[in-house]
Amino acid sequence: MLIYLARRIAMAVSVLFVALVATFLLFFAGPADPAQSMCGELRCSQQKLEDIRHSMRLDRPVTEQFTEYFKGLLVGREIIQSGSTKDCSAPCLGYSFRSQREVKGAILERFPTTVTLALMSMVVFLTVGISTGVLAARRRGSSLDKFVVGFSQVFGAIPFYIVALLFALYLTVLYPVLPRAVNISAGVGPWLVGLIAPAIVLGLVYSTGYVRYARSSMVETLAQDYVRTARSKGISETKVVYKHALRAAISPVVTILGLDLAGLLSGTLITEQIFSVDGVGRLTIQSLFQDDLPIIMGAVMISCLIVVTMNLVVDIAYSFVDPRVRLT
Amino acid sequence: MSMDFGEVVPVAVAAPRPVEVIEAPMGDVVLKVEDLTVRFPSDEGPVLAVQNLSYEARLGRTLAIVGESGSGKSVSSMTILGLHNAARTFISGSVKLDGEEIVGADETTMRRLRSAKVAMVFQDPQSSLHPFYKVGSQIAEAYLAHHRVSKSVARKRAVEMLDLVGIPNPDRRAKQYPHEFSGGMRQRAMIALGLVNDPLLLIADEPTTALDVTVQAQILDLIADLQKEFGSAVILITHDLAVVAEVSDDILVMYAGRAVERGLTKDVLSRPNHPYTWGLLQSLPSSSEEADSLQAIKGSPPSLVHLPSGCSFHPRCAYQHLVGDACMSQLPELRSVAPGRLIRCHLANPDEILNPETVMSDHQEISS
Repeated sequence: MLIYLARRIAMAVSVLFVALVATFLLFFAGPADPAQSMCGELRCSQQKLEDIRHSMRLDRPVTEQFTEYFKGLLVGREIIQSGSTKDCSAPCLGYSFRSQREVKGAILERFPTTVTLALMSMVVFLTVGISTGVLAARRRGSSLDKFVVGFSQVFGAIPFYIVALLFALYLTVLYPVLPRAVNISAGVGPWLVGLIAPAIVLGLVYSTGYVRYARSSMVETLAQDYVRTARSKGISETKVVYKHALRAAISPVVTILGLDLAGLLSGTLITEQIFSVDGVGRLTIQSLFQDDLPIIMGAVMISCLIVVTMNLVVDIAYSFVDPRVRLT
Repeated sequence: MSMDFGEVVPVAVAAPRPVEVIEAPMGDVVLKVEDLTVRFPSDEGPVLAVQNLSYEARLGRTLAIVGESGSGKSVSSMTILGLHNAARTFISGSVKLDGEEIVGADETTMRRLRSAKVAMVFQDPQSSLHPFYKVGSQIAEAYLAHHRVSKSVARKRAVEMLDLVGIPNPDRRAKQYPHEFSGGMRQRAMIALGLVNDPLLLIADEPTTALDVTVQAQILDLIADLQKEFGSAVILITHDLAVVAEVSDDILVMYAGRAVERGLTKDVLSRPNHPYTWGLLQSLPSSSEEADSLQAIKGSPPSLVHLPSGCSFHPRCAYQHLVGDACMSQLPELRSVAPGRLIRCHLANPDEILNPETVMSDHQEISS
């Protein structure tokens, strides 16, 4: 188990490093030009552009910039920006080009909102998805089953942002039955209540996939010999379905959940934008429009960290679900 | 009706060399199947899985139900436990377990009977135990379903049962998962699970098919030993006549969903009166003959959707020419040819036709 953990952590670290290099190259060596977007499209003299580049220290070779960034991540660094020197402790993600705030602080501040939104939607899609899937599997071939499968397919085929936009429009604007999202500074209660609407949308959209995973996994499990054995013991049908069949049917769903987490993070990106939730996703999108490279880098790196960690957690959870899985 | 061990039951048509089988006494009837018909729909049309089947199982005795795959032998026993798909299956006739009607019984009744009065050991122990639960707790669960006892009492009972079926270190083994058991051990655990509530009837559906040859005999011996200890009735579903000869008292031969021959095992195997039973015996390897003298029954089992007209066996029957058109046009009734001996065949004198002296020596090999 310890060896397994050590190996997995080493793997995770190398994945993070590759992601770091890739995103760094993509943004810093790519066509993004923060100086241009800061200066403004119109009436920006070449001299002014050069001055901004120099003050943001973007006129140095990419390798030098990368080494500095990487060093900052590990041990921290001093950042000279716009003429002043700022201290940035490890793991240093730099300072925002725009707000002059430290990236770490800006992201961590919004982090609880995004995580809460993701967890709330996960509760929604797991409960709705699995319970509906099990129900459909138990009545396989019935009109209920056909309706569930058909509906989840149609609903799942509609682009996510359309569902989210319509939901936001109808339920929080035209017929405001659900409150709008507010900043956490307005109090924890209203903040949580404000997350209900985006969590429901995100959860419902994701649940369409889980309905189908859970259904097919359950249909397969219900036909297993050990479910027949369970039934032959004279225990209640509820026990047969939920203790015996669901226990086995759930493990493929756990695997999919692990793979889906990265997708869920990108889901929060759009949801936050549509519902005006002040989370990491919204911050990232704003930063993209402003070419605020340090924030984008920071958000990408933190997302990578979450995905890699959650995959590890799911693999360990899997070994608890299925005793045959040995972590070696 | 009672008979002592070792008594030779007189066969109507004098058997020159009666097979020496220790026969169990006639116990009370625990299962009475009468005129059972099971149908279910399929894409090709209705499947006539079982038709007009009647038999009974008695305490202390083993009934072997024999037939090729698709002969309806497994379906009929699934019905006894109510494990068929109730929404898709149409059942008529009567199945009485310990005097209680099972056909049409509600789920509550079936739950009360399962494991407590009738239990089943399935073909594949590999897939019949839940991979995620400890073996001991799977057995304890069945005990708890029918006894108002604490979990620790049930767990102790599970360990006792594992010990009884010959699993060494039962205490430790009970805490292990099925994947830590070998195939034979798993089947022993399945038998422990089947007998944990001391049922009146144990149905073993091909219990040795999925096992290693060396383990098969051990499992059969175990079932036979436990039957003596528990005194329950056993139904053994198999296609293996060597197994039948070894452990069963009574035999029911099924073909295409119908009973074609019924009787005491030793009588039927030493003097088969139905061409199909005879064919099955012919296809058994025997030590006295060369391997190339094995005779398979020509053709293959019929589809249960499109049964042949008349006698279902007629397209494969080697004796059809002795009867003529009746085989093709008319379904033979199940008729008695001797006390306790029934066959479904148009042949007027099957015993004389099927049992000339040459056949006899073969059967001797099987049952000894």
